[in-house]
Amino acid sequence: MTPMYVYLLLIGIAVVLSMYRVFRGPTAVDRLVAVDIMTTLTVGMMVLYALYYGRMIYLSVALVYAVLAFAGVIAFARYLEGGI
Amino acid sequence: MIEVLSWIGQALILIGTFFYFLSTLGLIRMPDVYNRMQTSTKSATLGSLGVIIGVGLWAVGKGYSVAWISMTVIIAAFILLTNPISAHVLIKAAYEKGIPLWHGSVVDKYREFLEREKKGERNEETGAKSGTEADAGTGSGSRTGTQEGSQTGIETGEVRT
Repeated sequence: MTPMYVYLLLIGIAVVLSMYRVFRGPTAVDRLVAVDIMTTLTVGMMVLYALYYGRMIYLSVALVYAVLAFAGVIAFARYLEGGI
Repeated sequence: MIEVLSWIGQALILIGTFFYFLSTLGLIRMPDVYNRMQTSTKSATLGSLGVIIGVGLWAVGKGYSVAWISMTVIIAAFILLTNPISAHVLIKAAYEKGIPLWHGSVVDKYREFLEREKKGERNEETGAKSGTEADAGTGSGSRTGTQEGSQTGIETGEVRT
């Protein structure tokens, strides 16, 4: 299970690097793009954790998180556009 | 024999994490909202495809059930379908909000499309009006329409190719 830590560490470094744009972004859409990328990285991380614990039911958690992140990004984009 | 699947899965996960790293690097490096979206979303989608399908192959190679592959393929297909949609909606919101392009950007196809749409509507209106006024002299009506179009094109500075 040692390579699993390496992959999780690599994805964690990517999440920290995208956190830079969340704190530093000039406009709100910059921060929202960074959060969108962070949700995609988090789905990959959840799938890796499902393999780490050896339970297939955790993949459903990743799928539901992907659905909710998509709906949230759509709602925030409509709000910034002035639709809601 | 089945350990080959494990090695293939780990190679796919490595490729996926490399593309994740590239996407966040583009998110930091690029100067504009539009460039950031364009560099980060595509590579993050490809990287998540690699990571998720690689996890499925690795799980089968470790001796787990074959249902891991179907479940991971479902998640990967969902991300492949919804990630471009969310990026498109985000960037359309940014454009509607009026965030300017980077000064080095040279092509703005959406603005050209909006101007062409507006001009097309105006040409249709003038053409219909000239047709109702003089049914025989359609040549003069169309000529004035093209002159109006060229004048608006010059004053908006549109490059027509």
